Amino acid sequence: MNAQLPRWVDLGLIPALNLIVAFLVAGLVVMLIGENPVEAVEHILYGAFGFGEGIAFTLFYATNFIFTGLCVAVAFHASLFNIGGEGQAYIGGLGVALVCLAFDAFLPWWIIAPLAICAGAAFGAGWAFVPAYLQAKRGSHIVITTIMFNFLAASLMVYLLVNVLKVDGTMAPESRTFEEAGRLPKIGWFMELFGQNIGGAPLNLSFFLALIACGGVWLLIWRTKLGYEIRTFGANPTAAVYAGINPVRITVITMMISGGLAGMMALNPVMGDQNRLFLELAGGAGFVGIAVALMGRAHPVGVALAALLFGVLYQGGAELSFEMPAITRDMIVVIQGLVVLFAGALEFMFRPVVARFFAKGPDSKVGKAKAGAA
Amino acid sequence: MFMDVILLLDSTVRLATPLLLTALAGLYAERSGVFDIGLEGKLLAAAFAAAATAAVTGSPWLGALSGMVVAIAFALVHGAACITFRGNQIVSGVAINFLAAGLTVLLGQSWFQQGGRTPPLIGEGRFGTITFPFAETVRDVPILGPIYSELLSGHYLLVYVAFLAAPFSWWVLYRTRFGLRLRAVGENPAAVDTAGISVAGLRYLAMVCAGVLCGLAGSYLAIAQSAGFVKDMSAGKGFIALAALIFSKWRPVQVMGTCLLFGFLDASAIRLQGKELPLIGEAPVQLIQALPYILTVVLLAGFIGKAIPPKAGGTPYVKER
Repeated sequence: MNAQLPRWVDLGLIPALNLIVAFLVAGLVVMLIGENPVEAVEHILYGAFGFGEGIAFTLFYATNFIFTGLCVAVAFHASLFNIGGEGQAYIGGLGVALVCLAFDAFLPWWIIAPLAICAGAAFGAGWAFVPAYLQAKRGSHIVITTIMFNFLAASLMVYLLVNVLKVDGTMAPESRTFEEAGRLPKIGWFMELFGQNIGGAPLNLSFFLALIACGGVWLLIWRTKLGYEIRTFGANPTAAVYAGINPVRITVITMMISGGLAGMMALNPVMGDQNRLFLELAGGAGFVGIAVALMGRAHPVGVALAALLFGVLYQGGAELSFEMPAITRDMIVVIQGLVVLFAGALEFMFRPVVARFFAKGPDSKVGKAKAGAA
Repeated sequence: MFMDVILLLDSTVRLATPLLLTALAGLYAERSGVFDIGLEGKLLAAAFAAAATAAVTGSPWLGALSGMVVAIAFALVHGAACITFRGNQIVSGVAINFLAAGLTVLLGQSWFQQGGRTPPLIGEGRFGTITFPFAETVRDVPILGPIYSELLSGHYLLVYVAFLAAPFSWWVLYRTRFGLRLRAVGENPAAVDTAGISVAGLRYLAMVCAGVLCGLAGSYLAIAQSAGFVKDMSAGKGFIALAALIFSKWRPVQVMGTCLLFGFLDASAIRLQGKELPLIGEAPVQLIQALPYILTVVLLAGFIGKAIPPKAGGTPYVKER
């Protein structure tokens, strides 16, 4: 179980095996419903990549998941489990919307956008602060407090949308639509670089912001003193304290960065797509972030790729449920669950088998052949 | 006025029942050292299985049975991940919640084509209520009459099961050999192992207990309280039950009290919807509904006593070390 394995086995082969099993089980679920899994995959791939609008939608969804995936990943490095990305993103949406509602009448979008980014991040970070502080100072379990804060965020937002921000004389619990200046420009020109038409997809500037955030997180975790402290604290809190790292400071700062990333996610749906504050704006992306971070092994490049995969599943899943009505979009949630189960909870399941195989004869050729067969 | 109070308490009991069963399920799992944030998922999956089976067979008993079987199956997946494969218990719980949320609607739509619902149960397909003897005759007796005939009588069987399960769990945990071992394995598994008792075996057994109770809770939701399954019908009850479990500091009798309190908050929020209250104006329904979460956070922060979880909770047991 604890045998040392080559790096590529631990970082490449075993995660790949886990993922393959997750998707095989997903295929079994499709067969249980009485549809052909291969055909289902074809529909998903066509829906996600077959035409310009589909690609743009895929990237639009991936943008959300990059932010929430980074949110969970940053906390992972400090050995913290931030399950509250959903609530932090929801409250981040409040920050973004308040900026837009306040300034959209007299400021241009390129001044509002940075303000909204800061407000979203600040609100998300603020929502993460209380659980972080309670964990660091009072020892309350951060998983439980962040779950509670998800529900508190939902209650608070329902209250605000129904009683405060709702437009008078309407029934819908949503704020007024922002003026032109409160909207992020779509990036049709970017799609045209690749000869694709964006169509009606809401792909907008926050996609680039997500990629910048990936780079930022990489710099932070592996190229700064703070990142080093975060990783040290995550690997061994006792040793970290012995080395002079303040655990309260690291816990609170890491969680606030994590919450800030979740808060920025709200930019995409609020300012980039709907142009108003609305119920359930995070739409479960906070939870998808857990799967994304696990799959991406908490590395920004891995997170971006995993987010793209989930973007494909979300957009392709819409196409799939259109072509095969028996398979509803809830299939995506099932796949999410299987990925979290096999890539996360059962990540050590194949390790003893693989370790035994490598202990017998470390012949990498045979190893590859076996991986192919599995 | 008196009748209002009785009706409020009556719905408190009804709303507390699924919380109580689910929280007791969590009690067994967490007291054995397995954190279980997958209660919500097990509850939902059981509700779906119970409603689907009852709809197809027409028997609520078979429905409840299949609810339990499915909840046990989910609990064993969680157990395999946490006990045998030493995975992260939180991650596994998250996976269980996703799987239940997705599979219930997906399979429901594919089997019944009603947008993820199960066909509505009619007549015998659903659990009926139990009326105590003489409930009708004593109804007009002042004070005691309404208490007997409204508050105590006329509930579903599972309500009585739930409120008996709490003292029974107390007896199991504190007065039986199994209970002593279960508590020990959650505090100090190495000691249990040294005594020659299987740590993994005990934890799996605890997961089965959790499955049975979640199965009953799900059955209550889908084939007693309502007449069928609707998408996401557990609506966070699994998490409120988890909050109740923590709020009671992992003790069975206190769990019953907390669940009644949370049920009462829920019942009063429903009743106060849109009503004007003296001094505070319109009833802050969202605030009342959020109170269980706020109370739990305040408790966790150590401002009302201190909630100390089972010591070995969250860590897989490794024999050699």
